[in-house]
Amino acid sequence: MSVLVYVENADGKFKKSTYEVISYAKTVADQLNTHLTAISIGDVSHEDLESLGKYGSAKVLNVSDEQLKTFVNQAYASVIAEAASKEGAKVVVLANSFTGKGLAPRIAVKLQAGLADSAVELPSTDDGKFIVKKTAFSGKAFAFIELTSDVKIIALNPNSYKVVENGSPATVVDFASDSNESDFKTMVKEIVRATDKVSLPEAELVVSAGRGMKGPENWAMIEELADLLGAATACSKPVSDAGWRPHEEHVGQTGIAVSPNLYIAIGISGAIQHLAGVSSSKTIVVINKDPEAPFFKVADYGIVGDAFEIVPKLIEAVKSYKSNS
Amino acid sequence: MKILVCVSNVPDTTTKITFTNDNTQFNTAGVQYILNPYDEIALARAIELCEGGKGSITIINVGESSTEPTIRKALAIGADDAVRINAAPRDAYFVAYQIAQYAKQNAFDIILTGRESIDYNGSQVAAMIGEFLDIPSISIIKKLDLEGSNAIIQREIEGGKEILTVQLPFVASCAEGVAEAKIPNMRGIMSARTKPLQVIDAQQIEQVSEFKKYETPAPRGAVTMVDSAEAEKLINLLHTEAKVI
Ligand SMILES: Cc1cc2nc3c(=O)[nH]c(=O)nc-3n(C[C@H](O)[C@H](O)[C@H](O)COP(=O)(O)OP(=O)(O)OC[C@H]3O[C@@H](n4cnc5c(N)ncnc54)[C@H](O)[C@@H]3O)c2cc1C
Ligand SMILES: Nc1ncnc2c1ncn2[C@@H]1O[C@H](COP(=O)(O)O)[C@@H](O)[C@H]1O
Repeated sequence: MSVLVYVENADGKFKKSTYEVISYAKTVADQLNTHLTAISIGDVSHEDLESLGKYGSAKVLNVSDEQLKTFVNQAYASVIAEAASKEGAKVVVLANSFTGKGLAPRIAVKLQAGLADSAVELPSTDDGKFIVKKTAFSGKAFAFIELTSDVKIIALNPNSYKVVENGSPATVVDFASDSNESDFKTMVKEIVRATDKVSLPEAELVVSAGRGMKGPENWAMIEELADLLGAATACSKPVSDAGWRPHEEHVGQTGIAVSPNLYIAIGISGAIQHLAGVSSSKTIVVINKDPEAPFFKVADYGIVGDAFEIVPKLIEAVKSYKSNS
Repeated sequence: MKILVCVSNVPDTTTKITFTNDNTQFNTAGVQYILNPYDEIALARAIELCEGGKGSITIINVGESSTEPTIRKALAIGADDAVRINAAPRDAYFVAYQIAQYAKQNAFDIILTGRESIDYNGSQVAAMIGEFLDIPSISIIKKLDLEGSNAIIQREIEGGKEILTVQLPFVASCAEGVAEAKIPNMRGIMSARTKPLQVIDAQQIEQVSEFKKYETPAPRGAVTMVDSAEAEKLINLLHTEAKVI
């Protein structure tokens, strides 16, 4: 028995969410008194693969087939499921990323395994049971799911587990898979990545704005504040519906659910559907000219006032804070 | 072309989520149920792809008879017929298995789902159907166009997008951008009553997960108000008190 973790890369590089997932999987392996193996697919440097040992994976399986250099959902799922079987893995952990959401359900079916998606905590393993806490009702609640199958799969939400570093370099082993032609019915034509922007679902800091900003021409100050803080930008639904901002920035019940350390809401009223997607943020700041805005009820810090006066002040304050630190 | 659209019946987005029976049951008292918003998007795209008699759309739902108003709504919006698999949806694995069994007997060119159900939020059903049928699945798509026997699909990735070609048949889960939800018109509502809705029994499958209980998020502490005249103090508080920057 062992635990297997899929370590996702973006253009050959590991991201923070990958280290979160390994740290989490290592703790699960410790809980079960077993060892952790990682599997990487794609074009990642030997050095980066070895460095995974630091987060607790003593062994790394490396799949570097030419055919698998770019992501093919079906084929990746086959390789990971095959590795899980060969390694005798009883638990498979992935990130609940866009990619993980495409992979985990397929692996679950292949291994006839129960899947806990959107996990936010370590499983509880008392009395031989395996129970995972996950978000439900679009962030309005949590659900506890017992995985009753022999093999269990967990997809971990970003920003839900702290990265732990204490191991030594991993042993990297090449892993050759029995590729199956029927797995290659999709082909990536193009990947467009806005490299200068922080990705919203994984962001630690988010600056978000709503209809109170009056129009798209006023977003320069939102972006400036976000850039200075190293934050991702987000918006409310009517803002993206009106085309002021792209749909990818829309957070809430019918948009992206975020769980950053800091969520700054500017000119957003705090409708129940919006709050659903942001309520697991650690710290919430609300800036609204209406003292009765419902958002203040769930805020940690609030400022009542006009965004057009307050945001420029915050920008100046961040600049001077940065020049002093 | 035959398109299968999977729909779920979910609590209205304004629902205050509370639980009963020692937090083991969702409190349905006074809750209004709706067609899952993402499934509306999937259906809208299916209707666009079939415009001008180019195909037919079947709605499928795994649920008990209480979901029929939602199925009728999908028919009113523009689907041709519907199937309800008569069972309480235990988990995504169970739902996807039932849908896949139905799809095996009725060759579909495209199977569409919503990106996630807004109650369970698993984003699991589409990819599981794909695996049960051994056909491609693309999760969380933002665009879908047909080009001969292929589809050109845009899917979301962290900090960007990926454009891919996929051979038919395939499954995809739809997010915003794929289409604008459509509102049923009077004619649609009238005709929905007489469109075929077939009810079939669920098939047995081994259970892989079991729901235990719910928890509501811990309430937040009191809000600290910062005077707008001294807005800059906020940055200091975020650094020294909240320790988030
Ligand atoms: C099915 C469904 C799903 C939905 N899903 C979502 C979702 O996922 N996400 C989402 O966000 N919404 C969602 N909504 C919409 C939601 O109900 C609200 O309508 C929406 O969140 C309101 O956006 P807003 O706060 O930007 O705009 P408004 O409600 O118009 O609020 C604007 C706020 O800005 C303040 N303001 C105005 N001028 C200034 C100024 N100069 N300075 C400071 N403050 C100012 C106002 O006091 C007000 O509070 C959904 C609705 C439905 C029906
Ligand atoms: N009971 C159900 N019956 C039919 N389709 C469903 C059901 N539950 C979920 N789906 C479909 O699967 C999608 C994703 O659901 P989920 O995996 O639960 O987030 C939904 O948007 C629906 O299209």
